[in-house]
Amino acid sequence: MKYMTLPATAVAVILGHSAAYAGCGIEAGNVNILSNDFDALGIVINEARACAGDGVTVTANMTTEHRALAQPALTTNPAQYTVTMVANNSIAPLLARDLVRPLDDLVAAHGSQLLEQQLVRVDGQVVAIAFMVNGQNLFMRGDILEQAGLEPPTSIEEMLAAAEKIRADGIMRYPLAAANQSGWFLANEFVNTYMGLGGAFFEPGTAVPAVNSEVGLRTLELMKAMTEYMAPEFLTHTSDELRALYLGGQVAMMNQWASMVNGHIDPEGPAPEIGEATILAAAPTAGGGTVPAAALWWDGFAIAANISDEDAEASFLAMMHGIRPEVAQANPTGAAWLVADFTPPETAQAILTNAQMGAQAYPMAPYMGLLHTALGAELGDFMQGRESAEDALRDVVDAYTTAAREAGFLN
Amino acid sequence: MRHRDFAAFIWPSALAMLLFIALPIVSVAVQSLYIEHDQVLVTAENCGPFGCTEETRVDTAATAAKRIEEPLGRFNGLGTYTNRAHLAINEVSAILSDNRGFGDVVARVMNLPFYKALSFTLLYTFLVTPLAMIFGFAIALGVNRLSRSLKGVVIFISLLPYIVTPLLGSLILYWMINADGVIGATLQFIFNDPDLSLKASPTLTWITLIVYGTWHMAPFAFVVFYAGLQTLPKDTLESAMIDGANRWERIRYVVMPHLTPLATFVGLVLLMDNFRVFEPIIGFSAEAHATSLSWLIYNDLTGQVNQMYGSAAATSILTMLGVIILLTPILIRTWREFKRKAH
Repeated sequence: MKYMTLPATAVAVILGHSAAYAGCGIEAGNVNILSNDFDALGIVINEARACAGDGVTVTANMTTEHRALAQPALTTNPAQYTVTMVANNSIAPLLARDLVRPLDDLVAAHGSQLLEQQLVRVDGQVVAIAFMVNGQNLFMRGDILEQAGLEPPTSIEEMLAAAEKIRADGIMRYPLAAANQSGWFLANEFVNTYMGLGGAFFEPGTAVPAVNSEVGLRTLELMKAMTEYMAPEFLTHTSDELRALYLGGQVAMMNQWASMVNGHIDPEGPAPEIGEATILAAAPTAGGGTVPAAALWWDGFAIAANISDEDAEASFLAMMHGIRPEVAQANPTGAAWLVADFTPPETAQAILTNAQMGAQAYPMAPYMGLLHTALGAELGDFMQGRESAEDALRDVVDAYTTAAREAGFLN
Repeated sequence: MRHRDFAAFIWPSALAMLLFIALPIVSVAVQSLYIEHDQVLVTAENCGPFGCTEETRVDTAATAAKRIEEPLGRFNGLGTYTNRAHLAINEVSAILSDNRGFGDVVARVMNLPFYKALSFTLLYTFLVTPLAMIFGFAIALGVNRLSRSLKGVVIFISLLPYIVTPLLGSLILYWMINADGVIGATLQFIFNDPDLSLKASPTLTWITLIVYGTWHMAPFAFVVFYAGLQTLPKDTLESAMIDGANRWERIRYVVMPHLTPLATFVGLVLLMDNFRVFEPIIGFSAEAHATSLSWLIYNDLTGQVNQMYGSAAATSILTMLGVIILLTPILIRTWREFKRKAH
């Protein structure tokens, strides 16, 4: 698969260069992009770079530390970056400080290629353009399930039963894995399961947390039950380690990011036979519900508020060039692209099924990040069995309340 | 004249210290007294790729007006210092007034983030400092007895743990203690326990971090002590030998007294360094089992999306106070010795 996509990208970049600003339609301006660092964003940025030349500069900073940089860098006037790549979660603090500009005018003037779903609106105004969807879905080893005589599970409860059978048959000691690293990842697993059980994170219309609830307890119960079938150091695993474990043949079933699917099934990768045997499916449901237990994410871009209108227009045009449908068509497995005229390949079907089955978007509320941090810091004790679920959720609420008071969301 | 020369020499570094150390500390102290303004929340309809939902958002215009009025934020006095994320005065007094005995008090206080971090930080500091000094001294004595041709190589190898960036060093060890790693797999084999994992239990994680800290810091003690050994008075040593002192007695009564001032210096530096323990916690992904004061500051500043400057500033000031309290006894002792010698 890699050997097919790489030349395609290369060709696209070369073609992009020769077409240069004829295709971008930019006369002058500076484009400076701040972005997270993963392959799909790299494809878009490479395309946008092709707009550089004759009075137009395009530079980019791809870093996993982008979230820490975005707020200070966009606060200065003029802002350090004209474009910032955002997702459901990372746009919230920028909106809360008015650091990104409304895009309605630019969309009307230059956005004819965009689908209505790509427009992220807050209170009617377009604030960001989405171009790919992401989220976690189920990665399963078909060969192992077959060996144990099992059908692919579709719920967390079925996963537990399947894991028990695989262990009892002596096929694998720890058939499950999850990105449970204490901190962001652990909180993310909680968020996924909690949303699958239909829980609400806050009292409606306020920043008052609602996780210390029946649903919260059931969420923790399920997360804990899963860890019975995970290697003992499960609290140190990130999604990158999951990939290593999976490719090492040590995992039968796990929830993993859709954007990482290529790394797991790559026929040129370290374990092509595992990729061959992999079954991709929507995230499992939980507690008899019908909604996949995985939040939906979009990735997109926003344009800084504190820059000249000329730079904003140049930035918008460069990004339009970067996410034009041809880019998605040339890199079909690069991401679950959200652009016009894109037929998702098989690898993107699982995450799109999540959406069709009614999975919910990760909340954009401005204080969700504080709750996420509190969950990540306070659930570890429970996961190790050093604290009851009730105490853990009480700690989460206390930690969140302290932080939300300092941030001015609660009194 | 002497004073003028002294001033001429010192002013550039004094100025740099004022600009780059004193002023930032003052700014951090001021920041720790403020929190963010009350955010004006309104409900709005958010639409995106996955449909529309009613969600709250910040009324930026209303909030910005407050921000222009008071750019530092809302004055909170020592409120940040006493809240649950720091000294947790209310929580601790609630625990003290209603508990089921001493064990319960300890368990519940240790559940509060600041005290959890402080307890590991202190344990780490008070174990790694003496261990690193003991090992450093032992290595220095050993290397000092080697033949000339071997010394260079051995010194270089002994220094390696200290040269390696802490984050890299801890990451390398982290992979080695993996269940698949060379150390992890060996331990499982020796103890015949396929579930044994150094990363799975708090105690084993703490031991791992302390062993790592000693491994990393011992070379620093070694290199200072080794330098000290080169200035050892030969005649005193020889007369001790003539008096019939064995090797241990020579070390105890000649070498160690000679190195005491150096030991004070090494101890000071190690205490300060170890109190700021941070990288190994990240490198070993040990957050679930062990946190430190520096880690709390990092966690406040790299939270998912919001940066808690006030909270991080308060923890920084508390960390500084901690360093001052730790170093005071040693500094007082050094000062007394200095005065005694001066008279």
